[in-house]
Amino acid sequence: MANEVCFRLMHLPEPWRLAAYQSEGGYEALRKVLGGGMPQDQVIEEVKKSGLRGRGGAGFPTGVKWGFINRTAPGPRYLVCNSDEGEPGTCKDRDILRFNPHALIEGMVIAGYAIGAVAGYNYIRGEFWEPYERFEAALAEAREAGFLGKDILGSGLDFDIHTHLGAGAYICGEETALLNSIEGRKGQPRYKPPFPAQFGLYGRPTIINNTESLASVPEIIRRGGDWFREIGVANSGGPKLFSVSGNVARPGNYEVPLGTPFATLLEMAGGVRGGRKLKAVIPGGSSAPVIPGDVMMDLTMDYDAIAKAGSMLGSGAVIVMDDTNCMVRVLDRVSYFYYEESCGQCTPCREGTGWMHRVIHRIETGKGRPEDLDLLDDVAAKIQGRTICALGDAAAMPVASFVRHFRDEFAYHIEHRRCLVGG
Amino acid sequence: MSSNEVTMPRPDAAALLSAGVRAEIDTWVAKYPPEWKRSACMAALRIAQEGNGGWLTTELMDAVAAYLEMPPMDVYEVASFYSMYELKPVGRHKICVCTNISCLINGSERVVEHLEKRLGVGLGETTADGRYTLKEVECLGAVLREPDPRADRRDPGRAGVAPWRTKSASA
Repeated sequence: MANEVCFRLMHLPEPWRLAAYQSEGGYEALRKVLGGGMPQDQVIEEVKKSGLRGRGGAGFPTGVKWGFINRTAPGPRYLVCNSDEGEPGTCKDRDILRFNPHALIEGMVIAGYAIGAVAGYNYIRGEFWEPYERFEAALAEAREAGFLGKDILGSGLDFDIHTHLGAGAYICGEETALLNSIEGRKGQPRYKPPFPAQFGLYGRPTIINNTESLASVPEIIRRGGDWFREIGVANSGGPKLFSVSGNVARPGNYEVPLGTPFATLLEMAGGVRGGRKLKAVIPGGSSAPVIPGDVMMDLTMDYDAIAKAGSMLGSGAVIVMDDTNCMVRVLDRVSYFYYEESCGQCTPCREGTGWMHRVIHRIETGKGRPEDLDLLDDVAAKIQGRTICALGDAAAMPVASFVRHFRDEFAYHIEHRRCLVGG
Repeated sequence: MSSNEVTMPRPDAAALLSAGVRAEIDTWVAKYPPEWKRSACMAALRIAQEGNGGWLTTELMDAVAAYLEMPPMDVYEVASFYSMYELKPVGRHKICVCTNISCLINGSERVVEHLEKRLGVGLGETTADGRYTLKEVECLGAVLREPDPRADRRDPGRAGVAPWRTKSASA
C-alpha cells in the first residue's frame, strides 16, 4: 500500500494537469461539499474523524485547528498554506506542488469554505521556482474551469488563491514568521498567544496548514474520514510522505501508511547504500533528535512510536547515515545551519546557536576541550524552552541527542584530535 | 546621523523602476488587500533585483519603498533579512551549492572543491570576468540524489540551485 493520497496520480504521464486530476476523481470532493451536501461543520468533523495531523512537523490535528476559527466574528478570515519547505532533508511539498498541484488547490478551497475564508495564500519558498510555476499554471486551469474565483461551481462561494514567494529564510516555515513575511516584513516569529486563529494574517483570524495536510483533504472528503484514518494506525491517521535521503541506494519521497516499519521504508529506498552498516537515523528533519541505527530498525513510522524513542516524526524527512559518517562532522554542519538561520530575535537562540556551533566546530577541527561536552549540554538546555518560537528547540535537540547517543565519538575527537571513523 | 538623512525626499520611483518592472510589481500588489501594498515588498525587491543585474542598490530599495508607500528602513530590513537578495554586485550567473546534512553525507564538499577549482573563486566570490558567483546555501528541498549544483532559475533536479538571475543571462 503506497501512493494512496498525495502521490496517487504518480502513475499518470502528466499528473499535474487538470485533465489528469479529474480523470481520477479530482474536484469530486469539492462538488460534494459545494453541492449542498456538506455544511461547514460537517467538513470539519470529517477532517477530525480522519485523524489527519499537521504534516509540516508539529503534528497538530488539522480538523481541531480548523475548529478554532470563530466564523461568526465580523470581517475577513484567511487560509494560508505553508509551502516554505525548509526543514533540512525534506522535499515532499516540492513534489506535491510539481506533481499534484490540483489536490492542494482543491484542498485549499474546501478548507477555505470550511473556515469561511475570503482568500487563501500559498507561501512557496523562493528557491522553488519550478514548483511555483507549476502551481501558478494549475491555479489558472482551476480558475478557467470554475473551481476557483467567483461563484465557484455556481454555489455562490467566492474564494481565490494567491501565491506568495519567499526569498530564502528557514524561519519563515514557522507560521507566525510566515505571516509577517506575507505582510512584507522580516520573517521574525510573533508571540503566541494570540494564536493565528484569533489574530493572524493582517490581524485577522487565520488558519495555516502545511501543503501535504491540505493536499490530503480532497481524498478525506471524497472517500471519508474513516477510510483515511484506517490507512494509518492509532493516533496517526492516513499515509504520510517520507523524504528518505542520505546513504541509501534509492533516495526519494515515499508515501506509505503511518505505522509502516522503518525497515520496510528503508528497503523501499533501496537499503543502506553499498550494504554498509546503518549507524544513525534522523527520522523527522534535522531538528528531530537523532536515533541510533539499531534502535531505529525496530521502530514504526508513526507519531507515537518515534516519540517514544525520544524523537519526532516532524516533517517526515528521514536522514539515513551509515558507519562512514563522523557524527561530529555532521553535527558541525547541522549546528551551523541553526546559527545561520536564527532570526536573532531571542537572545538564547541568537547567542546560543553561535556558541554551540563554535564549540562543535572546535571539536571537529581538533581543538576541543575536555569540558566541551558538558558545555554543549548546558548551552543546549539553556536555549530549549526559552525562546519565542521552536527554532531554539530545533537547534538544541540535535546537539543534545548527538552528544548523548554518540558521546564516545565526541570524546575521542577531543582526546585524539581526530576522527574515530575511518581511523 | 544628520537630520537630512531621514527627511530626504524620496527618489522618483518612476524614474528608477522601469514601466515593465512596475507592471510586474502591480500584478503582485493586486494579490493583497488594497491597504497592504507592502505585502508586495518581497516580490518587488526580487523583480527590481532581476532588472538590475541581480543585485539591489540603496536607490532601488528606496524606489521600491516609494512605490509601495513604505518607510525605506522597512524595505532595507526585508532586503537584508532574506538570503536571496543581493546587496552587492554578483556575477551574471549565481551557482548555489547546498552543503547541508543530506548533501554533506553525499559529498557536497567535493562539489564545492571542484567548483572552486574550476571557477578559481571561493564561496561567496565572483569570477573575474563577472560571469559566475559561487554561493553556499542551506537545504534547497531537493535531497533526492547526490549533490549537483544547478545554476540560475532552474529547479534543483538534484540538489543545489541558484534561482533569481538576470533575465538577460546567458552562459
